[in-house]
Amino acid sequence: MTNDECKKVVLDIISDIAPDEDLSNVKPDVRLRDQLQLDSMDFLDIVMELRKRHGIEVPEADYIQLASLDSCALYLVPKFNALAAKS
Amino acid sequence: MNLPRIVITGVGLTAPNGNSLAEFRKNLLSGVAGIEWMEVRYMGRLLAGVCHYDPLKYQTKKEVRVGTRAGSISIWCAREAVADSGLVLENLPKDRIGIYIGCTEHGNVETENEIFAISKFGYDTKYWSHYHNPRTVANNPAGEASLNLGVTGPAYTIGAACAAGNLGLIHATQMLRLGEVDQAICGGISESIRTFGIFAGFKSQGALATHEDPSKASRPFDKARNGIVVSEGGCLYTLERLEDALARGAKIYAEIAGYGVNSDASDYVLPNPVRQAECVRKSIANAGLTPKDIHIVNTHATATPLGDIQECEAIRAVFGEGCPDTHINNTKSFIGHCMGAAGALELAGNLPSFDDLVVHPTINVDDLDPACALPGLVLNKPVRASKVDTILNNSFGMLGINSTLIVKRFVA
Repeated sequence: MTNDECKKVVLDIISDIAPDEDLSNVKPDVRLRDQLQLDSMDFLDIVMELRKRHGIEVPEADYIQLASLDSCALYLVPKFNALAAKS
Repeated sequence: MNLPRIVITGVGLTAPNGNSLAEFRKNLLSGVAGIEWMEVRYMGRLLAGVCHYDPLKYQTKKEVRVGTRAGSISIWCAREAVADSGLVLENLPKDRIGIYIGCTEHGNVETENEIFAISKFGYDTKYWSHYHNPRTVANNPAGEASLNLGVTGPAYTIGAACAAGNLGLIHATQMLRLGEVDQAICGGISESIRTFGIFAGFKSQGALATHEDPSKASRPFDKARNGIVVSEGGCLYTLERLEDALARGAKIYAEIAGYGVNSDASDYVLPNPVRQAECVRKSIANAGLTPKDIHIVNTHATATPLGDIQECEAIRAVFGEGCPDTHINNTKSFIGHCMGAAGALELAGNLPSFDDLVVHPTINVDDLDPACALPGLVLNKPVRASKVDTILNNSFGMLGINSTLIVKRFVA
């Protein structure tokens, strides 16, 4: 999985959990919370959807890694690739 | 004791056959029911009363996603009632507004949804939603309304099975009289069709209506009635003390005349006509009236074979033959059983009778059950009454909770 593919996965999830938001100009290096109306429950939704849709686990200590699209990609791509290697 | 007079100044509703009082009333007078086929999890196509309001008029998509159907119905009805009342929330102390919402039950929908969701993951509870608790707390419908409206006064639900809609109004009346709040948003709501459990429960009880024609399915008092049509819905009112309503020149729909609430203390599900009659009598005495002063009796009858007969027995005991001006009708024949919303919605459908003097009928009575024959029963077609100054609304529920509310034409 590439970084861009990973960012698309995250944006797809966000489009479902924050359906009123305009996601066309999300800046990858800016904290998601600083540019979108997302609260802590929404981040739990992102974690839950990663688990449900993709089998990816994000331990509570790592939630901070989901702050921006860039940090999401940095943290999640190895997990996606590890999962792909297993299957 | 001289209690403050309480009046209804706004109505907001969603019913299976209308999303405003005007639309609802029009359909009640023209015989338009609102029952349709609906797919129910595990059970297939069943008859249900489904509401078709637009949630996005008052909620964001995210609020709809995060919240519950009961919360959404509450928000719709509360916003519509406030708009209808002419109250401008921005100009009012929000901590002096109370929200009192009757509901049959709450939490079943979300619990069923979550169990279904985790069944797809081998029942692993790590897939259980973090929204489950805020969605299932019993105050959820009122809490969602308070969040949406920014109301900081008391906001809670009143659990009273199918008597709950009346209880919302009664409780609000009491709180206004006590001076606890200055305005109340109150009534009842139900999201019950979103759970399979209520359908399955009534089916197991032998009390779920079936009919090939949805609009004929809910048929209280008819010989061929075969049970309840489960419906969702909501109706919330704004209530105020009369002096406050007059001071702001509010439109006044009706005045709360009196009420009665009691319990059967006799069975989990079987109604008790003696206690029902007692409740009705209590409400009439509370209003300072006699039975012959009641011009419309809106029955609770849900179209179960036994329940209808028992309510008719109670009504017969109170009104007998000596009440020539009393008309009796039933709204569930149009909209099915809206559970926690039933009392509040059914009252609303009759309120316009103060203006047009027309009593909406009980439809679908092709063959009146003699055990349900009552003087003044309005069958299939509306009738014009010589006077409508009072409306008595019955709502009874499981575990034997009975509520009767009487409203009267407002006269200064």
